[in-house]
Amino acid sequence: MARVLINFPQRAKRGDIIEIKTLIQHPMETGYRLDNKGAAIPRDIINCFTCTYNGEEVFRAELFPAISANPFIAFSTVATQSGELVFSWSADRSQTQTETRQINVE
Amino acid sequence: MSRQFSAPRGGEGRGEVGGGGVSNRGATHLTLPVTDVTDPLPLLPQADGEGSSSPTRRRVLLTAAGAGLASLAPAAEATEAAMTEAIRQLIGEAPLEPRKVKLELPSIVENGNTVPLTVSVESPMTQADHVESIHIFNQKNPQPFVAAVHLGPRAGKAYVATRIRLADSQRIVAIARLSDGSFCSGSADVIVTLAACTEQ
Repeated sequence: MARVLINFPQRAKRGDIIEIKTLIQHPMETGYRLDNKGAAIPRDIINCFTCTYNGEEVFRAELFPAISANPFIAFSTVATQSGELVFSWSADRSQTQTETRQINVE
Repeated sequence: MSRQFSAPRGGEGRGEVGGGGVSNRGATHLTLPVTDVTDPLPLLPQADGEGSSSPTRRRVLLTAAGAGLASLAPAAEATEAAMTEAIRQLIGEAPLEPRKVKLELPSIVENGNTVPLTVSVESPMTQADHVESIHIFNQKNPQPFVAAVHLGPRAGKAYVATRIRLADSQRIVAIARLSDGSFCSGSADVIVTLAACTEQ
């Protein structure tokens, strides 16, 4: 399991636009590099990131090798009600990683 | 381009033995600016120190690079044309309204491996009028695509920030698809002093 950092305001007022910052540990191997024997290192990137808010998808990103290693993604959403934010990263070769965080909306 | 790759010497295998430490830096450097084959080639014998072994090494590097590229999408040759084509596939014949999308990234980048990038679009983000997706393209990386993000009215504002890789000084273009089906764009030029992927 890769390390993940997720940051957003712990408390928000209903209707506030909050910024969510995410970072996951991943090499994002482009597939264009060669190893020390001259063979191409196979591509292994996180190709999709999604965020759902109480089951509804609020953000989705398709990523390409041009995204840096340890992909950082920040986006915004409207705090509508208290509940669950589910973040999911799916990679070429490893498993999908899912993280769940609670959000409190007053 | 690939014809130039395979030109010197017909055999295969073997040469990899010679491709030790120093040459690999050349190899990784070579893989990115695929279109500039004529440029790095003259550098190879110098880096090698001896002219006789350089064709072998060159062949190994180039076939390796070529093989890697061949197994990938044809879009692996990054040019302005590839970017234009990628954008054309996205928007079709629709008109593009320039300068409505705001790209923020440093104008001079010291390290192309992590370049902070922020894209935002002026939009009320209501059910009737919002940004559906933002597509980011580049000119000179091996692929023209950087990322595509899908938003909706729940986003509150059309905003995304990430960190990208840049292989060369180039122009970054972001295109936003609006809910009424129209497109608008924005671009930014970046100067890169240390390109991505040149180091192991």
